[in-house]
Parts: sequence; C-alpha cells; structure tokens
Amino acid sequence: MLAFVHPIARTNRARSTEEYRLKAWLAHHLHSLKLAAEQFRAAPVATLFTILVIGVAVSLPAGLYVLLSNLERAAGSVKPQAEVTAFFKDVDETKARALAASLRKRADVAEVEFVSKADGIKRLEAAGLADVALGLPENPLPHTLAITPGEATPVALEALAAHVKDNPDIERVLVDTDWIKRLAALMQLGRDLVSMLIVVLGVALAAITANTIRLQIYAQKDEIEVARLIGATDRFIRRPFLYFGGIQGLVGGLAGWALVLAGGLMLETSVAQVAAAYGSQFRLVGLSLRETGLLLLFSALLGWLGAYFAVSRALRQND
Amino acid sequence: MTAAALIEISEVTKRYPGGHEALHNISLAIEQGEMVFLTGHSGAGKSTLLKLIAAIEPPTSGHIIVNGQNVGRMKRPALPFFRRNIGLIFQDHKLLYDRSVFDNVLMPLHIQGVIGNDAGKRVRAALDKVGLLNKERARPITLSGGEQQRLCIARAIVSRPALVLADEPTANLDDAYARDIMDMFRAFNEVGVTLIISTHDQDLIHRYGGRKVTLAYGKQVEG
Repeated sequence: MLAFVHPIARTNRARSTEEYRLKAWLAHHLHSLKLAAEQFRAAPVATLFTILVIGVAVSLPAGLYVLLSNLERAAGSVKPQAEVTAFFKDVDETKARALAASLRKRADVAEVEFVSKADGIKRLEAAGLADVALGLPENPLPHTLAITPGEATPVALEALAAHVKDNPDIERVLVDTDWIKRLAALMQLGRDLVSMLIVVLGVALAAITANTIRLQIYAQKDEIEVARLIGATDRFIRRPFLYFGGIQGLVGGLAGWALVLAGGLMLETSVAQVAAAYGSQFRLVGLSLRETGLLLLFSALLGWLGAYFAVSRALRQND
Repeated sequence: MTAAALIEISEVTKRYPGGHEALHNISLAIEQGEMVFLTGHSGAGKSTLLKLIAAIEPPTSGHIIVNGQNVGRMKRPALPFFRRNIGLIFQDHKLLYDRSVFDNVLMPLHIQGVIGNDAGKRVRAALDKVGLLNKERARPITLSGGEQQRLCIARAIVSRPALVLADEPTANLDDAYARDIMDMFRAFNEVGVTLIISTHDQDLIHRYGGRKVTLAYGKQVEG
C-alpha cells in the first residue's frame, strides 16, 4: 500500500498530528459556515422570503399552542368549583365528622366542608326558605360533605366519588363531571390539532429548505463535480449546505416566535378587557423560555434535515 | 506476484447504455514509475479507459486493480480516498471560474484537510512548477488556453499524487506550449510519479519516447 503514496507525501503525512487534524477540522467547519453565510448574502431577498414562510409555518402551531395553554390556564381558575357532594344516611354527627376528618387526610382531597343537619336548615333559612323550614315536622336534611378534589380531572373526580360511595354511612353521592369532561375533550382536541399542525408544517419546513438547497446545488454543480473528482467526501460537500439549512431554520423559527409574540401583544389589551368584564385578573402568557428553546431547536433541526435530504439526493443522482 | 503492477487491467469491456461499446476486452499492466502514452483516433476509447482507472465510471465486465484495490467494486465511501491518490488532468480543464487561480489549486488540499501556511506553500510550489506563480490572484477566465491547462496540472499535482492521469493535455495547444507541458510531465516522472497520458499527437510520442498503448475502436492494437 505504501508504494501508492508518493515519497514526498509520506514525510508530509507524518506531520499530521492530532492537533493539526483538529485545526483542519475546525478550519473546515469555519469555512463551511462562511460558505453558508455567502449563500445568504448572494440572495438576500429570496432568503428573507424563505425565512418569512418558515416563520409563518412555525407560528401557526406555536400560536395555537399558546392560545391553548392560556385557555387551559383560564379554565384552571374555575376548576376548584368541581366538587363531590356526599349525603349521609341517618347517622349521628360525630360519626359523620369522623369521616370528614379521615377524608381530609387523603392525598387526592384538597378540601372537605362538613355541613351538619342543623347548618343545612340554617342555610335554607338564610336562602329565604324559612317558611318551608318551619313547616317541616322535623329536620329532613342529612349531614352533607362538600369535597373538593386535589385534581379536577373527570377521572380523579369519579375515583373520589366511588371511594366515598363505598362508605356504608353514605346514602348518596353527587358528582357533576359533565362540564369538566367537555372541557377536557375540547382541550384534547386542541392539543391534537397542535400535534397535527406540528407534523404537517414541520414537513413543510423541511420541504421548503430542501427546495432552497436544491436550487443552490444546481447553481454549484460544477464545483460539486470537481470536488468529487478530486476526492471530496460526501460529508465535505454536504456540510456547508447543512449549515445553511440549519441556520435558515433557526432564523425562520425566530421569525415564527416573533410573529407569535406580536400576535400576543396585539391581543393583550382586548383580552384584559374581556377578563375585566368577567371580573377576572387573567392575563395572556406567551411561550416560556423552555418552549422557545424547543421551538428554535425544532425548526433548526428540520432545516438541517431538509438540507441533508436535498444534498444526499443530489449526490446520489450524480453517481 | 512479487512486484504487482500498480495498475492491472484484465479483460475490461465498457458498454454504454444504448449498446455503444467504448472498450472491448482490454488487458494491460502498468508498473509503478512508468510513463505511458495512450493513443488512438478520437473516439477510440482513450478517455473512457482513463475514467475507468479513476473509478469515475465502472467497467461493464473485467477487472481494474489499482494499487491492489478493485476499482469497479469499490464502495462509495472509499472512493474519495482512492481519488486523492490520483491527479486528474481533464481535457476541458474543469476549473472553477468563480475563484482565483490560487483557490483553484488550494481546493484538493482543503479537501484533504491541509490548512494554513502549509497549504499556501504547497499551492505556490505547484504554481511555480507550472509557471503561474505570478498569476495566483488572477481569475482562470483571464488565462490563455495553455495557462488554463497548466493550472489544471497544478491542481492535479498539488496533493502529490503517485499516479497522474492526463486526458489530451496538449490538445488545442500550439507546439511550444505542448512541449512545455510534456517537459513538466517528464520531470514528474523522473521523481517517481506514474503517468498515463492520452494523446493523438504522434509527433509528441516520437519525441518523448516511452511506452505506447494504441486503441482503435475500443480495441487494443498495440502495447
């Protein structure tokens, strides 16, 4: 094998130490970055439009996601109203209070309000039904528990209701999960919609990038051909394009983020007015730092993938 | 075989889609350090043979072994590393016109990870050898035909390949230029580089001597 290496080249190869190779590797990456930057500069308007398109594609699922999480938050402030109401059989008050106390200790219970027979009548009277109360021969009201679950999901509510119902002293349990079920179903629909949009527009983002890169490859096909003839690896040829795709995706993601932010700012005042009309302190919340990071990572990754796909395809076609 | 030939071509046929047979049953062995002229009329299969040796195209049948590697069966990832040992000189130069003379010659070094002063020195040494040192900042498009050919040679030798394949390097050049280039090749050969030069210029072969392989209509008629 050595015979194939020219004598002068052999002495030179001895010099390629690890450090030198690392330097060469870094130099190549920097060079690839520079080439990618040159591509941006060569077609600023086209690049700007592509970035805008990517931004819109990113802002749709991101915006819907923000809307959904705000809705969830708004719904969350109503959630404590979800209750399980339990009516006792004719048991004495101490026994009923004991059950209330034991329920309070449970992890899935946030609060237990005990309403005794006597309190019940008083409430009836306070509600303006004193005549009715007076007309009764004896107090017909049972002791009552109003239990607020720790978690206001339909599943948690129903589990809690089932547990309370198992108690022999309990006559009847009322639980209204319908509205919570509806809300949860709507939220799930929204989340599914976000996932669907992420997939569809993610593919669109990769495709947009692949198309841009395809045009660039076409413009540079001489250079690619020569590079391959003189021993460039696929990786070497691919790298500047990958940088371009990744950076374009990242900047497009930033544009999408800015669009979501702008949309939020535009809606902020009207949302505050609606909230005030309902006597609520509700305010819009945008993407968190972590969510923003994920969004940027995701769009950069998709741009990179689109570029990878386009270059690999072009390289295979040229074989 | 104690001293296997650098290039072993055995019973190689190349047929293109459509049925045109560019090469028919060629067998040839080229030793390390040889300078071989590949000759024949245009369309005889000279360029095709060079392309097969450089693994640019695969043979339809037969084997081409270069330095112990079966070129036709080479895996895709191995190809770039194989090509780095070969200096290719093209009839149409294949220069890149969007960059300077210097950057054209730098390209093979860049691909092989040679950087900095090291690379600069080697590029200038190669340009010096072909007499283009004073043109390093020029664009290739401003060079004459002969200069472009020499630039192509500089790019082929800058990575110090053990084997140089030149496809009609003196075509379209006047006699003085052609002689310059042939002198250059002879100098490379003297330091141990194996050369295969395709040409239809019989005078040139007579003048420089060396082994001659003649093709006619894809068949080997001499050598």
